[in-house]
Amino acid sequence: MALSRRSSSLLKPLSTTASSSFLRRRFSTDDSTTITVETSVPFTGHNCEPPSRSVDTTPKELMKFFTDMALMRRMEIAADSLYKSKLIRGFCHLYDGQEAVCIGMEAAITKKDCIITAYRDHCIFLGRGGTLLESFAELMGRQAGCSRGKGGSMHFYKKDACFFGGHGIVGAQVPLGCGLAFAQKYRKEDHVTFAMYGDGAANQGQLFEALNMAALWDLPAILVCENNHYGMGTAEWRAAKSPAYYKRGDYVPGLKVDGMDAFAVKQACKFAKEHALKNGPIILEMDTYRYHGHSMSDPGSTYRTRDEISGVRQERDPIERIRKLILAHDLATEKELKDIEKLARKEVDEAIAQAKESPMPDESELFTNVYRKGFGVESFGTDRKELRATLP
Amino acid sequence: MASIFQGIGAATSISSSASFDTMKLQFSSPRSISGKKANCVVMRSGGAKMDSGSSRNGGRADQLVTNAVAAKADTPAASTASKPGHELLLFEALREGLEEEMERDARVCVMGEDVGHYGGSYKVTRGLAEKYGDLRVLDTPIAENSFTGMGIGAAMTGLRPIIEGMNMGFLLLAFNQISNNCGMLHYTSGGQFKIPVVIRGPGGVGRQLGAEHSQRLESYFQSIPGIQMVACSTPYNAKGLMKAAIRSDNPVILFEHVLLYNLKERIPDEEYVLNLEEAEMVRPGEHVTILTYSRMRYHVMQAAKTLVNKGYDPEVIDIRSLKPFDLYTIGNSIKKTHRVLIVEECMRTGGIGASLTAAITENFHDYLDAPIMCLSSQDVPTPYAGTLEEWTVVQPPQIVAAVEQLCR
Repeated sequence: MALSRRSSSLLKPLSTTASSSFLRRRFSTDDSTTITVETSVPFTGHNCEPPSRSVDTTPKELMKFFTDMALMRRMEIAADSLYKSKLIRGFCHLYDGQEAVCIGMEAAITKKDCIITAYRDHCIFLGRGGTLLESFAELMGRQAGCSRGKGGSMHFYKKDACFFGGHGIVGAQVPLGCGLAFAQKYRKEDHVTFAMYGDGAANQGQLFEALNMAALWDLPAILVCENNHYGMGTAEWRAAKSPAYYKRGDYVPGLKVDGMDAFAVKQACKFAKEHALKNGPIILEMDTYRYHGHSMSDPGSTYRTRDEISGVRQERDPIERIRKLILAHDLATEKELKDIEKLARKEVDEAIAQAKESPMPDESELFTNVYRKGFGVESFGTDRKELRATLP
Repeated sequence: MASIFQGIGAATSISSSASFDTMKLQFSSPRSISGKKANCVVMRSGGAKMDSGSSRNGGRADQLVTNAVAAKADTPAASTASKPGHELLLFEALREGLEEEMERDARVCVMGEDVGHYGGSYKVTRGLAEKYGDLRVLDTPIAENSFTGMGIGAAMTGLRPIIEGMNMGFLLLAFNQISNNCGMLHYTSGGQFKIPVVIRGPGGVGRQLGAEHSQRLESYFQSIPGIQMVACSTPYNAKGLMKAAIRSDNPVILFEHVLLYNLKERIPDEEYVLNLEEAEMVRPGEHVTILTYSRMRYHVMQAAKTLVNKGYDPEVIDIRSLKPFDLYTIGNSIKKTHRVLIVEECMRTGGIGASLTAAITENFHDYLDAPIMCLSSQDVPTPYAGTLEEWTVVQPPQIVAAVEQLCR
């Protein structure tokens, strides 16, 4: 596993920085060397053979994981302070602690595979190619936001990257996800849909309805349960008779994955994609954890102890795991990693400043995008204020 | 063909509203599948020929039984042979519209309970599964919430599903999907996604079907922003509205009525698409404007016969578009007659009539000579017993009495 390190000619380009030329990257961004990593725990399968624990990766991928996760972590923490200073209002559900799920998933799939999730969507949006500016502007309700300020924290969407949101009602996105898979099958595409939901939503009836239909018609749907063990304030053992969510599919195979290990997630998603394209739906249960409360209005400490939170942070934090891997394989120094984190902080601050300058939506935006104009006929409100189109 | 329609347009011409004259009637050949902007026929509602009651001999008004449910009408043989177009029943008209659209655009698909192999519980989709396959005419399990969600998810990627609720009442289970995802996704995504679904199904009070199968959901759905609602009442407008709904990029809920599926009418052979937001002038008049939709149209036309005999001249408008209201047509009518009667099958509380009353009062208060009267169904669950069920909905004698009171 020897690697070439510190090739000073290799400068890793960073996409959104303005003035980072003084920070010269000296770590390896080698794409050709393979590093084999073992996942933290073996996979547990239900009605299927679990994939192997050994995952192949490259130094470039490792560094990318670290950089992207650091950025996501920074974004969520910045959102926390923005919420507390009342720039973000309403509901704000933060994803820090769960970054490995989204990062590992992106590493295993393409931008043509669809992802749909619930309201904890900021980082998944970023993973799909969304920018920090779009995220912060949307959170603050500005025009530059990904939904033009009209959606908010729970309604991030990115159509060109096949990211379908962003849904507030628990569990309602799973039938939508099966619809996405249905369309993929209808069009005979070679892509899959990842429909993500939480341990709280796993008890919704529409999930089983959707699973039944997906299995009936062999839809390429992968149901991903991000099990952070708390449905808002209710622990999973108090809400579910059977918290083994990966087994709940019964006739549908399932896989239990350590969701704090990005490589385990990557391996599982790769396995799931191959399975879904051949055999229909599969359930992935990601064992993960969120450091924040359910949302910003939930302190997160009334139903679990601070020791538990800090224990998970010390032992299972996804970024720390990657950091240890990078250091163990000598891909970068501590200082370089710290510099990456500082850069992430800088990017986030810049994005926030830029987002703050974006204006609030115009008043006329209240009435745009309610209906879609089509077929040459204008649709209007009851007072017919809009002009009626002449028909051909 | 054009001359007949223009002639009919003249016979049912509306004197006051100049704007109707700007609409031209045109015919065009069937279109390609490119799905771009229309040069297809859009028929103005003035083309409604069979329903102008009093001005035609052998019109369907004579065929109605006393409780105004249209049965298969026996049209006189002499008039059918020479007339252009073809005769069919309302459910066949729906099927024709559906089939033409499926032929035209490969993205159109149907999903619902028993729509495929069984052919649809009201035969609207009969034969389609054999022609287009099981994936395009999808038999779903009994899971309204999730198959509606599935249709909406498919629509987000560009497919154009038609979701059938076997009975409108079952769609209450899918209310979350219809309200949040169907209606609001275009807005909350800042315009990124459009949801071109059609949600259709029969509703309304039938023949002693019981309370849960006699629901009128238009009142529950009317507040959902982002959707359009239309109600069809004749084979002619059923086919036209079905086609318009499928072609519309907005989510449309098409309300059919259980008792109207066997209505027979002669419709044109040429392709036509109706305007989703337009009301239909059924019978022009001078004394009072009667606004109605779906099955109550026939009760109103029955009452209109009696009223004409008594010397009244009611103007009957089938509003067709339940959301948004065609206040243009309605307003012009009110300006002429100054009296309004709304006859609906919804409940009194929070129904379509209640909203329409509010809309008319807000916009046309100055033109009214009398308070708006609204006849609706009683605020009770629909009873099973036949006599009680008859009293739940508005009957023609009540309509006659209401007009007499209004015009006093």
